[in-house]
Amino acid sequence: MEIEQLEKVASQVRRDIVRMVHGCQSGHPGGSLGCVELFVSLYFERLKLKEEDGKPVFDMNGKDEDLFFLSNGHISPVWYSTLARRGYFPVPELATFRKLNSRLQGHPTTHEHLEGIRIASGSLGQGMSVAIGAALAKKLNGDKGHVYVLMGDGEQQEGQVWEAATFAPHGEVDNLIAFIDLNGQQIDGPTIKVMNNRDLGKKYEAFGWEVISIEEGNDMAAVLKGLYEAKSRLGHGRPILVLLHTGMGFGVDFMMGTHKWHGTAPNDEQLAAALAQLDESMGDY
Amino acid sequence: MKKYTFTEKKDTRSGFGAGMHVLGQQNPNVVALCADLVGSLKLEPFIKENPDRFVQCGISEANMIGMSAGLTIGGKIPFATTFANFATGRVYDQIRQSVAYSNKNVKICASHAGLTLGEDGATHQILEDLGMMKMLPGMTVINPCDYNQTKAATIAIADYEGPVYLRFGRPVIPVFTDADQVFEIGKAWMVNEGTDVSIFATGHMVWEAIQAGEQLEAEGINAEIINIHTIKPLDEEAVLKSVSKTGCVVSAEEHNRIGGLGDSIAQVLVKNKLVPQEYVAVDDSFGESGTPAQLMEKYGLTAKDIVAAAKRAIARK
Repeated sequence: MEIEQLEKVASQVRRDIVRMVHGCQSGHPGGSLGCVELFVSLYFERLKLKEEDGKPVFDMNGKDEDLFFLSNGHISPVWYSTLARRGYFPVPELATFRKLNSRLQGHPTTHEHLEGIRIASGSLGQGMSVAIGAALAKKLNGDKGHVYVLMGDGEQQEGQVWEAATFAPHGEVDNLIAFIDLNGQQIDGPTIKVMNNRDLGKKYEAFGWEVISIEEGNDMAAVLKGLYEAKSRLGHGRPILVLLHTGMGFGVDFMMGTHKWHGTAPNDEQLAAALAQLDESMGDY
Repeated sequence: MKKYTFTEKKDTRSGFGAGMHVLGQQNPNVVALCADLVGSLKLEPFIKENPDRFVQCGISEANMIGMSAGLTIGGKIPFATTFANFATGRVYDQIRQSVAYSNKNVKICASHAGLTLGEDGATHQILEDLGMMKMLPGMTVINPCDYNQTKAATIAIADYEGPVYLRFGRPVIPVFTDADQVFEIGKAWMVNEGTDVSIFATGHMVWEAIQAGEQLEAEGINAEIINIHTIKPLDEEAVLKSVSKTGCVVSAEEHNRIGGLGDSIAQVLVKNKLVPQEYVAVDDSFGESGTPAQLMEKYGLTAKDIVAAAKRAIARK
């Protein structure tokens, strides 16, 4: 896809996010908005996905596919919207987000058999371990697909992340690309104040990872370039870590750069103000 | 009454190791993971023959559970192994979210369960694991009684699709079940038929129950002894069939009396047929250092304790 088209998708995904969160008056818009470029560039351009007649076909085992795992499951709105817009499940289903009997649970789950989801996430710190396991399975199966996992920067405070970070280079898991969404915010405030992670890049390097940075994580071209570079470094004995610098709430001016929209839903006026900034490029659900 | 004899004593963890050895040869999808306790889990034969299918996780149990969940995506059958304490309490949330809620085909294989771990003391002697694991929706919980049964159970769970908690232990105990048995998940095993009291035992307590049955017989009491190797799903039909005959129950487990086999049986009785029940279990306490035999004696988990409990249950009928 051309960058212009990807940006159109991104605009629609942003509309979906704020509308979904508004629709149930709960959920996490801030982190979701900040990661739109990553999700859209992965699912519409970079991931090798199983398709039939131009539509993705979900297979739990994902043989010969690239796999994506979301460790910071609270940004489920961006994932759900991206999966629906990519064709994994009907777009109107987005309206059921966080409502009773929905497959679109507050945090992603396999329990409801939603196409595209391979593991439950929400309780933080677990996704990278799961991604490593899936990457090991690919190696055992002689499967050339790659495994991608996204974590939050606040999530780096979980101990299990560092168990996994120790294992992956030791186990030469070189079919794995891990992202940290560096938006600098967590529920109780700026990450630097709540619990300073200090230099995550240096930490991962010291653990044996190959670390690259995408400085403009909300610039589609920069994300695409970074993903290409990350992928080109696979297969050389080391896992790849991508420091993805994003703006929390990016794309909606009053939600940007603050932890206040981590887990807050917009009211009717705020929704209108947000939607006025976002082009309805693919049609609202 | 059927007499049970034995020619050798072995640890149930060696039964697990032997089962893994067989699985290594039979099932190419089986992968073993261990958190720095390969010798304790008796995994050497599996690793020697299948080095590519073994993942040494180091002392990182949370990561081991997560990686196990990930390995199922791609069709592998991971056996995550460590001591029971580190396989459950330490990683409860990982098991809950990444394994049970995600319905992943992970086999959590836990050695050194209960007091019989011995001298290491209470930090390592988990007595709450059956309760924690059985409360997870979709989790199958198995606690076999001797070497042969543990080996058979290990082989059987590889063919079952879904998360399993398999519990076994460290001490050498009599090997009294058949070497070529077929393990049926969820099916209680009739050890001895009787009419006066139903003794439902699990794990190491099954042999104690057999001995208790002999002592009771000498005193003219005819005990029915049933091995509940699968705590969940519980063979409710077998429980109810037995109590309809005997009218009273003793449950015997190397576990806290809260949340274990006894409580599972009590729930069946409360719902279906109220009869007196006596618990042989650890009375809501932690363990301590000591030899396995000393600890089983001190915490009331011997044949003698089962005999006393049986008499109390009968007296309450």
